[in-house]
Amino acid sequence: MTTAMTNNTDGCVESVLRPGNTNCAGCGMSIGFQLLTQALEREPITLVIPACCGIVTAGAFPTSAYGVPTAASTFASSPAFATGLATVAELNGDDHPVVCWAGDGGTYDIGLATLSAAAERNENLIYVCYDNEIYGNTGGQRSSATPEGVATTTSPGGKIEPKKDIMGIMAAHRIPYAATLSVAHRDDFLRKIRTARSTRGFRFLLMLSPCPTGWKSEPDESVELIHVAVASGVFPLYEVFDGSRFRINARPDATPLARYVERQQRYTRSKVDVGVMAEQIKTQWRYLDAMAAAFPA
Amino acid sequence: MARALVTGNHAAGHALALAGEANRISRGCCGGAYPITPQTEIIEFLRGFKFTKGRIVPVESEHSAMGVCIGAALGGARAFTASSSNGLAYMVENIFAAGYYRLPIVMIAVNRTLGPPWNIWVDQGDSLMFRDAAWIQFYADSHQDLVDTILLAFRVAEDKRILLPVLVAMDGFVTSHTQMVVELPEQEQVDKYLPPCEVPHRLRHDHPVTMGGMVWPRETAHHRREIQNSMDQVAVVLDEAIGEFSKVFGRRPTGVLEAEFTEDADTVLIACNTMARTLRRAVQARRDRGERVGMIRAKLFRPFPRQEMLRAIGRARRVGVLDRNHSAGSGGIFWQEIAATLQGRADVILQDYLVGLGGGDVTPEIIDDVIDDLARRDRAAQPIWQEAIA
Repeated sequence: MTTAMTNNTDGCVESVLRPGNTNCAGCGMSIGFQLLTQALEREPITLVIPACCGIVTAGAFPTSAYGVPTAASTFASSPAFATGLATVAELNGDDHPVVCWAGDGGTYDIGLATLSAAAERNENLIYVCYDNEIYGNTGGQRSSATPEGVATTTSPGGKIEPKKDIMGIMAAHRIPYAATLSVAHRDDFLRKIRTARSTRGFRFLLMLSPCPTGWKSEPDESVELIHVAVASGVFPLYEVFDGSRFRINARPDATPLARYVERQQRYTRSKVDVGVMAEQIKTQWRYLDAMAAAFPA
Repeated sequence: MARALVTGNHAAGHALALAGEANRISRGCCGGAYPITPQTEIIEFLRGFKFTKGRIVPVESEHSAMGVCIGAALGGARAFTASSSNGLAYMVENIFAAGYYRLPIVMIAVNRTLGPPWNIWVDQGDSLMFRDAAWIQFYADSHQDLVDTILLAFRVAEDKRILLPVLVAMDGFVTSHTQMVVELPEQEQVDKYLPPCEVPHRLRHDHPVTMGGMVWPRETAHHRREIQNSMDQVAVVLDEAIGEFSKVFGRRPTGVLEAEFTEDADTVLIACNTMARTLRRAVQARRDRGERVGMIRAKLFRPFPRQEMLRAIGRARRVGVLDRNHSAGSGGIFWQEIAATLQGRADVILQDYLVGLGGGDVTPEIIDDVIDDLARRDRAAQPIWQEAIA
């Protein structure tokens, strides 16, 4: 089942994700794909997308919003499909990257074993997790990426368990490159994609992806929310090289956490304790600072 | 061609490896490898083979073994793997995906009982589990048949009229771990027999498409119908593949089924895999005594060859099916297929026998009891368990 599309005559990609896609207004994935296209300077890539909003985005057959060859994988399998594709590309001298683009459900939950195995084998792949901290496509259920206290349809009173540290897990695989991405920090985002592009082996990129539908936030505030997430320390921007060298890219300033929490009903509905949350963020930063000091990049 | 004494697993590994190596002139080969008894030696063989242009990926699960095969085939490579039992069960989601993606992947299923409770012996319930997937299924009765069928499988799977994955099943231990003398093909023969693998819908940068995105009901129905249209052509394509095979290798492997002593038979027994070999012996003994008993070895299970089966059953009025599998709440799965084949034939007594489940030995004596039981019946009963025969 294929969807035919036109291709630019210069062999470059017009855009990885083209206009006319079905994404909600304010979706972080849309911004992420534009930045990915820019960073790769319209280089052709192959996309592998598991079950998630990212495959619905393409629209229904016979149209597709993707401007690059794309395979829809089964939910847990994007790194396995991509392993096959990247292997055959390499056997045939094709150097263009194979990119997995998966949500947090496919990354933190159902796909974790497959992801871990591909990372352990150091497959020559770029893996981007656009993390909106819920099962967004099914209407906003908790995942292991959902932060503590957040109300979802399956944690209506607020999630009891803390968010899984996927960066820690991926770094523990000693992969050549792992980094976090902010759609509010364009230059940092572009630089990290280029670093990933010029690195061989398994590269893991974690993007906090605003989801107005699931976060119950205003679409026009999506980028601002991510800016505040970084400034308040909720979402640290950092890189880990070979699982052993750390570099922090942005430090929290005095931006109050309340500015992040109050604009999202997923937090306010469950009456999350901002004081407790602030303490957890401090702990997270103490750990990160200690690692960066002990093992600098 | 070298005559060699090898195990079924060795024979299968050899055939897969040579088929993969033959595609070095095109986009190479790739597959996933994950161990499970009793197929493990196949993936060990593949991991040990030095491919000119290929890679066997040691994955973390059967689900990913098929995932890697799908990615490899989407990249245009010849892709294959092997599994058994619960490994096949774990793989099922991607087995369906491979079929619906219309990828010419070849998989060996070394039949083993599904658990729990754990049992490593032969039972066809594992591969028959995905009878409803868009896969062609063959059941091999010997080491030679296995080697030959694997090579046929690539020819059929990769044929433009088909483009569907193929499963080749053998009996766990009875075939996989016993040795028989086999004509093992040489690389140059396989090179000659298998054309370069071409996946016309492989992903390519010069024609970017989205594979497997959203569709509406009408497209889904059309997709299923196209698969059925290809299934309907398998018998013809298989026949051609056998013709070419005989030119290169000088022997003619069995296609959809084997019928023996059926022309004038009033009673016909049907079985697959090594059970069919025992059945042949039991039927021969009956013939020696002047009884009009015949047998059919079922080899192609998907697509189910209804016309060929009807022709082979011929004028027999008593048909017994030996099923080494159990579909809970129904009976034997081959029996269900034969029943569908014989619909409207009120003149036939069709009886199912559930024998050798979980790897129980199906001896000529048991088959004798089945034949006697069938001869006594004036109408069919529910599927009969082995312990209730005789």
